[in-house]
Amino acid sequence: MNSAIRWTGQNRLLTAGLVIVIILLLISLIGPYLIDEQGTKIGYAMPDQGPGREFLLGTDTVGRQILPTIITGMPLTLRVGVIAGGLGLAIGVILGFVSGFYSGLPDLIIRGSADTLLTVPVLLLLVVVASTLTSALTVNMEALLLAGLTWMGPTRIIRSQVLSMRERAYVDVARASGANGFQIIFIELIPNLLPYIAVSFVGAVAQAILGSIGIEALGLGPQNENTLGMTIYWSLYHSSVVRGLWWWWAPPIIVIVLLFIGLFLMSAGLDRIANPRLRKIT
Amino acid sequence: MSSGYVARRIAVFFLIVWLAASLNFLLPHTANVNPVRQRLARLQAFGVASGVTATRASGEEKSLFEETVKTWERKFGLDQPLWKQYVRYMGDIARFDLGFSIVNFPASVLRMILQALPWTVMVIGLATIFSFILGSMLGALMVWRRDSTMLKVIGPPILALSAIPYYLLGIGLIFILAFTWQFFPLSGGYDYGTIPDVSWNFIRQAGHHAILPALSIVLAQIGFWGLHMRGMMVTVQEEDYMQLAEAKGLKGTRLFLRYAVRNAILPQATNLALTLGLIITQGVLVEVVFSYPGIGTLLFSAIRNLDFFVINGIVFIIVLSVGLATLIIDLLNPILDPRIRYQQA
Repeated sequence: MNSAIRWTGQNRLLTAGLVIVIILLLISLIGPYLIDEQGTKIGYAMPDQGPGREFLLGTDTVGRQILPTIITGMPLTLRVGVIAGGLGLAIGVILGFVSGFYSGLPDLIIRGSADTLLTVPVLLLLVVVASTLTSALTVNMEALLLAGLTWMGPTRIIRSQVLSMRERAYVDVARASGANGFQIIFIELIPNLLPYIAVSFVGAVAQAILGSIGIEALGLGPQNENTLGMTIYWSLYHSSVVRGLWWWWAPPIIVIVLLFIGLFLMSAGLDRIANPRLRKIT
Repeated sequence: MSSGYVARRIAVFFLIVWLAASLNFLLPHTANVNPVRQRLARLQAFGVASGVTATRASGEEKSLFEETVKTWERKFGLDQPLWKQYVRYMGDIARFDLGFSIVNFPASVLRMILQALPWTVMVIGLATIFSFILGSMLGALMVWRRDSTMLKVIGPPILALSAIPYYLLGIGLIFILAFTWQFFPLSGGYDYGTIPDVSWNFIRQAGHHAILPALSIVLAQIGFWGLHMRGMMVTVQEEDYMQLAEAKGLKGTRLFLRYAVRNAILPQATNLALTLGLIITQGVLVEVVFSYPGIGTLLFSAIRNLDFFVINGIVFIIVLSVGLATLIIDLLNPILDPRIRYQQA
């Protein structure tokens, strides 16, 4: 118990971030069971109602209730983030290891394509792909699309760490004791890389969610599902800001901002564990 | 920097532009999207396609529709075999002929882009440079004066703002400063009903409209530059030359500006060039939120109206600007940082 308190004190950023993200996760896991999903249907209630006793967060111009729309939208947006971020991380870790551990031609190709893709504006690529799709986008398709664009960051982080680690003495010792490449990677390198892998994962999830909200706000997202980004799109589409319907645009933005701040704090906290040099500055 | 390196780097630039243009051409074709048909089908749904009225019998209507599609396809050269279209497209691109807008026919795509570009470059470009300067100073000072109470209080929240997308900050700013308090106009690049000209009055008006979009970018970007600068400063501070300079008894400001910042700013400069190349995409959603008359809004309405030639043209211009930005960085880097040597492997 004492050590847990000390850990929390030393990792205030990480703890704060974790608390925010876990609360959001809990709401999106439990929330959908507590609300009436009918409320997210178009024409369920009187349009443009302000927050009140009947509808806690009011209704939008097409008669959807805002609160259930947000609560059913949160797990969708988080799902896009976790699927895309997780896939991107998996690709990134594998490519990063191959590139860092077995230098030479594979390194050249992987590094070259990662560096080139990093300079390509992600949102634009998504716009091109999403606007050429003839069928409606689903949440899972969106996640796959985003995964293809989030692997570069993890690849670069893991590669540079592997490059420096494979020269360390303990790797030489392992090699001298007859360990093969796979054993060195899984027994010696992966455990030491865990903080970096965690940072990459948080970064990839944040990037995937950022990308998904970007294409959704442009109106290219899954039209039939009320992810947070789609709610923002519809509220912009019906110019809710100028019409003073703050209960429509504000809730999705608040949830998204909280999510990004939580992920940001987590990655800043994890960064401190991975790079002890940063600990000197508050 | 050898002339061979410069030549190779320029060749890579053209390769990237060619690849991007080809992808831009092929993607819609492989996805089997027919821009003309889609556009006309949508017009027909609204009952305004040429010669088609709702009262006609459905059979006649259909044949008329097909005929219209054919005529338009001929007009845009879509009835030719693929390779011919490709050759023509490449030739057009080389001459910067980006074709015509389907929606605003006969407006040329290039003219539409050139009309929108100055708005984007002025507002988002200036906001980016401004936040680069502020953010780098903030990040540097957060390391240099780490005991300053003021920096401890305002620094971290500003860094955290960088996690929020620009356009969401923009919506908040519109609500507070334009809708509730009405300090600034709600949307647009100038007052409704004025014709853009080069007069003092118009410039003042445009400036007034530009403040909120620029502010939402600056607020979110300062943290980005600050974070990077802070990381670089931490590294630089541990270098031997910093200790030596300190031991020589150099003055604090000189140590800070000429030794620490001078070395930490190099990767920042590379990043700035990249970000400036990305200006257009950075601002797409900010422009949409503010209905600002720049490239972003143009792209947004092109997506909404299925105007593929405009989408294509904008994508090409963006790839070109990013390619040029990376080319300039790669050519400038050896001059900025003498330690970088591009050797032939």
